[in-house]
Amino acid sequence: MIGVYLIGALIISGVLFFNRNRKVNYLLIVVFVILQWGFTIYEYNHKNIYELFNFFKPDALAILLLVTLSIITIPAYYHSYKFFLTSKDIPNQRSIYFAAMTIFITAMSAAYLSNHIAVTWIFVEITTLSASALIYHRRNNNSLEGTWKYVFVCSVSLTFVFIGILFLSIAMQQAGHTDLSFPALLSHAASLNVFWLRLAFIFIFTGYTAKLGLVPMYTAGIDAKDKAPSPAGALLSSALLNVGFVGIFRFYEVVAATSIHSWVNHIIMIAAILSVFIAAVYMLKVKNIKRMLAYSSIEHTGIVMIGIAAGGIGYYAAILHLILHSFTKSSLFFQIGQVYRIYQSKSIYDVGNYFKYNLTGAMVILLAFLCVTAMPPSGLFISEFMIFRALFEGHYIFVMIVLLILLTIIIWALSKNIFKLLFTPPVNFNEKTVEKISPVESLSQFVLLGLVIYLGFNPPAEFVALINETIKNLPH
Amino acid sequence: MINVLLITFAMSLIYISIANRMRSYIKILAFQGILLFGVSFIELKEINTVNLVFILLETIVFKTIAIPLFLNYMIKRNKITREVVPFLPNFISLIIVTLIIIVTFLISNLIEDPHLNKIYFVVALSSLFTGLYIIITRKKIITHVIGFLIIENGVFILSLAIGNEMPMLVNAGILLDLFVSVLVLGIFVNKIGDNLKDVDVEQLQNLKD
Repeated sequence: MIGVYLIGALIISGVLFFNRNRKVNYLLIVVFVILQWGFTIYEYNHKNIYELFNFFKPDALAILLLVTLSIITIPAYYHSYKFFLTSKDIPNQRSIYFAAMTIFITAMSAAYLSNHIAVTWIFVEITTLSASALIYHRRNNNSLEGTWKYVFVCSVSLTFVFIGILFLSIAMQQAGHTDLSFPALLSHAASLNVFWLRLAFIFIFTGYTAKLGLVPMYTAGIDAKDKAPSPAGALLSSALLNVGFVGIFRFYEVVAATSIHSWVNHIIMIAAILSVFIAAVYMLKVKNIKRMLAYSSIEHTGIVMIGIAAGGIGYYAAILHLILHSFTKSSLFFQIGQVYRIYQSKSIYDVGNYFKYNLTGAMVILLAFLCVTAMPPSGLFISEFMIFRALFEGHYIFVMIVLLILLTIIIWALSKNIFKLLFTPPVNFNEKTVEKISPVESLSQFVLLGLVIYLGFNPPAEFVALINETIKNLPH
Repeated sequence: MINVLLITFAMSLIYISIANRMRSYIKILAFQGILLFGVSFIELKEINTVNLVFILLETIVFKTIAIPLFLNYMIKRNKITREVVPFLPNFISLIIVTLIIIVTFLISNLIEDPHLNKIYFVVALSSLFTGLYIIITRKKIITHVIGFLIIENGVFILSLAIGNEMPMLVNAGILLDLFVSVLVLGIFVNKIGDNLKDVDVEQLQNLKD
């Protein structure tokens, strides 16, 4: 099925690229969404069955993230459609945008399902290249700068990942194996040379942080999320972040079975705490709403990786946090697209009194604010609470205190800006030209935020079973 | 013979650290492509057509001919001046690159591994760090692309040291990805050349907090 999916998606994006007719364009996107969902349902029903020369396997983590991506795909295309209705619609740029987005979604799906460490690398590289077309969509100097930084930093980072894979293959060769698929790595993990394994982990971790948005390589992602159109930004800060997580997590499973497990945990913990710290510092300072949300993503990935490093219940909480964060952050990005249409600005100085201009949208922002700061009834509250429990049980009391202080700063900074957007009247704002935005456009955000609350408080048994299966290889 | 080729490669890294003109950068890249072809050709245990075509494609066609031509085209199109404009004087660059090679040499002595040929390891790592050094200390965007290509050459040497163990399909995918990424980087250099008055990193300082 994945062969059919990849070829089908490639054909659809090719036709999207050469087609200039708007109706044909949207028809093709409907076909792709059907293909994406058909593929998702097929893989869900064929769990843990190898496909296409054993290069792909839909395991529990892949299915969780694939379903997450497929859910976000529908509103992403819908809001892109709205985006082209309300901004200037040049056929040439529209066809490039949709073709790139289709390739982007396909590459992310394949990266989740990949069963071979180098195949993951190939598809992550494709996400960089297709994302560059999305970020460059506005074709002005700032988006050019953002795109250049993103492509360059990601290319160098992915070269690092490749070097890590080469070191890993040295270790495998010494142990007398040549197969670099994940099951083979897992089963031979204990016999690998520790020196090469450490080098491999450092390089692979550093490289994938460019996608995950963690210290040290987080910088490029911020500019990318800011400069891409909002629907693309939503995908960049939710599904693409999960791709980076998959890259690190699958290798983490391997090293968790070796003697360097605690060393790896220290590395991850340091990077994660530094990420939350940097997010806190910049969120106090930043005046652009989209960049603020991008920094908030860095904070959340930091929390996810702290959960992974803390172990115990933290593993479960980290996966839950990752999925719920994807829904929350994508709905916020979709909503920011509408905010921009009203104020024609992303600066916090130019916006305000959003309740007056778009009541439904303001409700979304308020609810999403509660969700993203992990206040009840948000599902993120549950996962963050479990991560704190894991820190407490793992005797990371000092880390927990620092994290709590940083999170308080972040909540203060975020609420200051969000409440300014919602309640304070804007200065020098001409109300006459305000565009009326239909409440229907906020529906998808309500559905996504509803999912966040529902999955947090009343997770279906199947969902819990999938998360537990994801973390079954990690030591408890 | 392999040792001679690899040491020549390391010398080309030292030369690139003090080269002053864009042309010599590009010529060195082409020369490194030929050296890589020599190394991988001697490394081949059995000569079958598929392997030979693959290596020819990767080193001669791609690294020696296509990329230098493409870089030359970019320089002409964007009217990039001949000087490379480093932030640091050449003398310091020379010292730093020499230090990089010495340090990687010392590190490689720590490894006790009978399978690994250490000279590959030294040359690969020094080429990685020299590439990073060139990216950091040069002002023009096109030299950043050249630094990236030097890193890629280092990765190629490292993969030779290990002996290619990945399936053919995966190898082809990696090669294609690298090719497309260089192409995309080139496209954006051209765009920057069209939109901004100069192809310098100083033009790219608008996005910050």
